[in-house]
Amino acid sequence: MSGHVVSVRLYVTIFLTLLVLTGLTTGVAFIDLGAYNTVVALAIAVLKMLLVVFFFMHVRYSSGLTKIVVLAGFFWLAIMLTFTMSDYFTRGLDNPPNGWGPSISAPPNP
Amino acid sequence: MAELSAGSAHAAVHPPGLRHHFEDMEQQHEAGNLGMWVFLVTEILFFGGLFAAYAIYRSLYLPGFEAGSRLLDVKLGATNTAVLIGSSLTMALAVHAAQTGKRKALILFLLLTMVLGAVFLGIKFDEYATKWHHGLVPGLKWAPDEEMYKNAPLGSVELFFCFYFFMTGLHALHMIIGFGIMTVMTLEAWGGKFSAEYYAPVEVSGLYWHFVDIVWIFLFPLLYLIGGRY
Amino acid sequence: MSTAAVVESPAGSRVHYLNASYGIKSWLFTTDHKRIALLYLGSITFMFFIGGAAATLIRLHLIEPTGALVQPETYNKLFTVHGVVMIFFFLIPSIPAVLGNFLVPLMVGARDLAFPRINLLSWYLYTIAALLALYAVVSGGVDTGWTFYTPYSSTYAHTQVIATALAAFIAGFSSILTGLNFIVTIHKMRAPGLTWFRLPLFIWAMYATSIIQILGTPVLAITIVLLAAERLLHVGIFDPKIGGDPILFQHLFWFYSHPAVYIMILPGMGVVSELIACFARKRIFGYSMIAFSSLAIAVLGFLVWGHHMFVTGQSVYAGLIFSVLSFMVAIPSAIKVFNWTATLYKGSISYEAPMLYALGFIGLFTMGGLTGLFLASLATDVHLTGTYFIVAHFHYIMVGGAVMAYLGGIHFWWPKITGRLYPDGSARFAALIIFVGFNLTFFPQFVLGYLGMPRRYAVYPAEFQVLNVMSSAGASILGIGYLIPLIYLIWSIRYGPVAGPNPWGAKGLEWETPSPPPTENFEEIPIVTEEAYAYAEPEDVHG
Repeated sequence: MSGHVVSVRLYVTIFLTLLVLTGLTTGVAFIDLGAYNTVVALAIAVLKMLLVVFFFMHVRYSSGLTKIVVLAGFFWLAIMLTFTMSDYFTRGLDNPPNGWGPSISAPPNP
Repeated sequence: MAELSAGSAHAAVHPPGLRHHFEDMEQQHEAGNLGMWVFLVTEILFFGGLFAAYAIYRSLYLPGFEAGSRLLDVKLGATNTAVLIGSSLTMALAVHAAQTGKRKALILFLLLTMVLGAVFLGIKFDEYATKWHHGLVPGLKWAPDEEMYKNAPLGSVELFFCFYFFMTGLHALHMIIGFGIMTVMTLEAWGGKFSAEYYAPVEVSGLYWHFVDIVWIFLFPLLYLIGGRY
Repeated sequence: MSTAAVVESPAGSRVHYLNASYGIKSWLFTTDHKRIALLYLGSITFMFFIGGAAATLIRLHLIEPTGALVQPETYNKLFTVHGVVMIFFFLIPSIPAVLGNFLVPLMVGARDLAFPRINLLSWYLYTIAALLALYAVVSGGVDTGWTFYTPYSSTYAHTQVIATALAAFIAGFSSILTGLNFIVTIHKMRAPGLTWFRLPLFIWAMYATSIIQILGTPVLAITIVLLAAERLLHVGIFDPKIGGDPILFQHLFWFYSHPAVYIMILPGMGVVSELIACFARKRIFGYSMIAFSSLAIAVLGFLVWGHHMFVTGQSVYAGLIFSVLSFMVAIPSAIKVFNWTATLYKGSISYEAPMLYALGFIGLFTMGGLTGLFLASLATDVHLTGTYFIVAHFHYIMVGGAVMAYLGGIHFWWPKITGRLYPDGSARFAALIIFVGFNLTFFPQFVLGYLGMPRRYAVYPAEFQVLNVMSSAGASILGIGYLIPLIYLIWSIRYGPVAGPNPWGAKGLEWETPSPPPTENFEEIPIVTEEAYAYAEPEDVHG
């Protein structure tokens, strides 16, 4: 962790890549890809994040411990998202057993 | 090791900046880095809760959220994204300058980072002012023009703007804190505190700044772009 | 005024962390982890008795089926205060902030934690939060329950919700900073030769606890922010009338609050490992299994939160997943209980007060944990949820488990912390009183819950009165039991016999430095060459 000096040239390259990706994601937003708009936007965002994490934040050159710590953070976020979603996306799948009551769907719009 | 006058035995084995409970500078540096990364993990979960809530409500109220998203200014959002990415570059260059012992370059890049950060906040403030003008601030001034949100259910548009202000507001708060951190770093750099042997606070502040940039990298598409602008 | 003075201590002219400097400023601005631990000890003890006062009023009120003491609105405030104070201001900080702060650097052979100033900040945040919570109590109180369920808390309550929630928020940051400090210290500041698998199990427990604090508490923080926002702005985040989903609040709330219960119990398990090894004079059986189990609990604990929401309208399929995982999370705890028991086998056992607390922990925690399995099962939980069965279940773990472990640890390390021995006869007596009082208080509550008495109710059907009176009688005994250590421990500071470095003959780096330790902990950083708990092999004991 201490001491690895990344070259200025690499920093600028990453910076320019990030700008290009920003332009790309903005441009794609004006094209109708249906459900894939979200997927593409998130994929580009993840790619940008990886570039910042690996190069600007030096994780590429960091110890295994740092890498595990970063991974753990995102993994736990994923746990929170997926398990919570597992509730919302499986509500109302089919008739619930007797006594459980009607399935909960989206609350009424005001 | 810093060069010191003869006879200063304590200082010879005790580099400036080494705190007494650490054995050596390397241990202190590694501890500082690990500490900042652990803190950033808490920030991932902190913002993450907001992202989770946003994701759930977006899936439940897509029309309202899309209508709200279309009311945001993509050009300003994209500009702000570029500004923040630029500030990450200057921050990385500041750390580079510290690592290579270039005091003047360090101060310059720290100042540039702050300038870009201020530009970001200025644009954000302008966006907020526009929203206020249009009556799009939930709970405080919510009186949007019906033309603006077309046929989308008003309640979910209000919910969208609630998340818009919370997420960008929390982000802006972190930027302001980052601004404060950078001010301290600049003053300490000016005072000659950092060298090629001791630059850990700059590095660690850089990690924080990059993290705040990453949050915006996700906020921009999630708030501004997924609104069906075609 | 703060001066650096060398003062004669009763043990001679030795300078240690307690007499190295005097004056209130030397305490309020200290960065010495040992002094910060004592600052916490003071604050936490105070808050414990506040929470205990609320419990006393609750149990007095419940002597009569129609309520003996207070109005229902006030009763709601009492159980809320009891929960908020005991969970956020006693159980979560207790072992980590007092024993952890004191012992982690000593046990790893370091001079302090990685970030001493952040450690002090952590205590200040805790104290500010505690003051805010007390302000909320005296200026109207809160009646939402410590779980702050929406939309009552966000829309309809007319009590000090925001102040109390904000207090929990600030206390949460205190907790995060403590966890951060421990993780970095354990990773980066271990003495030479102290590899991970030579660490005391108390350190493994603190490490696992810190992971939970880091990953879970921020989610509570953001949940509280959303709750406060909803209360102020009424925009429909959690109010179904205007489009919000109250269940989302519960998901976010329990994502933290379930792992929080592991924050409360894991440190206790760490203490128990230390006590069992010392008072059975034997190395812990299955050391690495216990170490891995601590980590397993930390991870699995994040996957089960939905078992608090089985009857809320959560999807049945999600409920099934949470139920299965809840059964699995019991396994590492069971592994620990088996290993502790195996450690006792053929050990050379003595029954000093810390050991009594440890044995009490094993029995009572096991009971509480097993009853958790009934609750993990969807079918039985439908009947038991919201009843006194739940109340009994978590009190067996939190009080029968965590509080007993805390008291055991306080007694065990008291000589190290203060340089004095406490009177063990009184201590054993108090431990027995606590054990009897505890069981008399809470075992009837299992029966009450099974019979259907709901929790958080100010009144109840008359047929439940006998059991309630039994429970209240037990509570009075328990309360006396808690007061006794307060008396003799404070007494011992001045009048107790002076303790040597290792009055128990225990293994561990903390016992290789004087009692009380010098400010810098060790003259020279020790080099570790032996395994943890390297007690001599026990000889056969006859009779």
